[in-house]
Amino acid sequence: MTAPTTTGYVDLDGLLRRLTGDEKHSASAHSTLDVVWVLYDRVLRVTPESVDDPERDRFLLSKGHGPAAYYAVLAVKGFIPEAWLDDLAGPESRLGHHPDRLLVPGVEISSGSLGHGLGLGVGTALGLRAQGITQPRVYVLLGDAELDEGANHEAIAYAGATDLPNLTAIVLDNQSATHGWPGPGGIASRFTVNGWTAATVDGRDHDAIHAALTAHQPDQPHVVAAVVDPRK
Amino acid sequence: MRDSFVTTTSALLADDPRTALVLADISASVFAPAAHRHPERVLNVGIREQLMIGVAGGLALTGLRPIVHSYATFLVDRAYEQIKLDLGHQGVGAILVSVGASYDGSEMGRTHMSPGDVALFDTIGGWTVQVPGHRDEVPALLKAATPHDDPVYLRLSTQSNRLSYGGDTRLQVLRRGTPGGPLIVAVGPMLDPTLAAVAGLDVTVAYTHTPRPFDTTGLQALAGSEVILVEPYLAGTSSALVNGVLSHVPHRLLSLGVGHAEIRRYGTPQDHARWHGLDAAGLRASISAFLS
Repeated sequence: MTAPTTTGYVDLDGLLRRLTGDEKHSASAHSTLDVVWVLYDRVLRVTPESVDDPERDRFLLSKGHGPAAYYAVLAVKGFIPEAWLDDLAGPESRLGHHPDRLLVPGVEISSGSLGHGLGLGVGTALGLRAQGITQPRVYVLLGDAELDEGANHEAIAYAGATDLPNLTAIVLDNQSATHGWPGPGGIASRFTVNGWTAATVDGRDHDAIHAALTAHQPDQPHVVAAVVDPRK
Repeated sequence: MRDSFVTTTSALLADDPRTALVLADISASVFAPAAHRHPERVLNVGIREQLMIGVAGGLALTGLRPIVHSYATFLVDRAYEQIKLDLGHQGVGAILVSVGASYDGSEMGRTHMSPGDVALFDTIGGWTVQVPGHRDEVPALLKAATPHDDPVYLRLSTQSNRLSYGGDTRLQVLRRGTPGGPLIVAVGPMLDPTLAAVAGLDVTVAYTHTPRPFDTTGLQALAGSEVILVEPYLAGTSSALVNGVLSHVPHRLLSLGVGHAEIRRYGTPQDHARWHGLDAAGLRASISAFLS
């Protein structure tokens, strides 16, 4: 694998431009950029060298559509060669419009069909706990429209009822859910009513995202609702 | 068979720290002692079958060997996409163990029937599918499925043969007719009614409790120009496979199994066996007509 030639957030824009052919999901792809960047730059304890270490933190991209920002961050952080970005979804490409964990180093789950990541995240958190691996956290990124899928609500209720402590969900809220998640507390309230702790932040404010992502309590699952501009 | 599964699984949980059990309330009470002993490896997620498979996928991603259990219709039909994506597409496996095969739950109605489960696994591919015909076949199948990480579906039934036929996954010849004559392959609990049906006929009867992967070598060695499949799930589930194996030889195939149409009647499993032509008399009539 070639060493990364770029190193920071300012380089992501150029990398995203190399990811052509993903027009359909471009708004979605860019909505996640800041959250994914803060995760990999300041929160996750995982490196290209530790992608198979049982003690690593896990990041599960449940919102698997529009993974351009994810791929760009993985390239900047050295998980994948930047050259991979130039042939998105091409016949020889390892990077598709939805990521495949068996094709991309550092990708924890294959995703794309909505509503699968949080269940897998719950199972991952339980599997680590059953093996006495208590340090890693499991972060799952969903979209606010993805939250419509009932499978998520099975996972939210169960994780809350069992006080699953090492799980953090992040709901990227670009107000794209058809019927919205209105009402007092919005998205966060769907989790807190089930026993989660929650924070709602500006999804472009790196310091606020960082603070929210690290505000979990020792004995409850935690959710961060990251609000960005509505999908155009 | 379910009792045998519970006993064997409880022992596996005690012996092998890599095993875990995921439930969605079904059978939770009989696994309560195991849950008490291994609270972090016996997980009852409540009546949440999609989550049950998702959790199994997550457990497998961390290196555990999940055993997942419910009624076939909830475990397989309802959670089909989770099986396809949370296990298969992630490149991980699990041992899925169902009860309520086909019309075992006939008195509860269509909501508790799943004759199409094996056909659904065929749409994904790569699964070992095991259909024991007797409770004593269950422990060895379950134990053999735990040391590896491959996907295994174990389909338990209240229908049973009188005798157990061991752990060999190949076709076992239980009745030998003239070589090259008609071959009947009976799967799982269809063996006894099949043997009763062919009394006095010059046919070979082979048995398997492991229809996937199908013993194609054994089939090629035993098959003449006439082959009859007797399966306890949807009729024709294995016909494409058998026709593929025999594509180079002229042959006729009769595929017997559960009919596709919803009967919309209650009654006992024995009633449904009769209505689907899977009791000895019905099988005799179908087989005789095919061979005459």
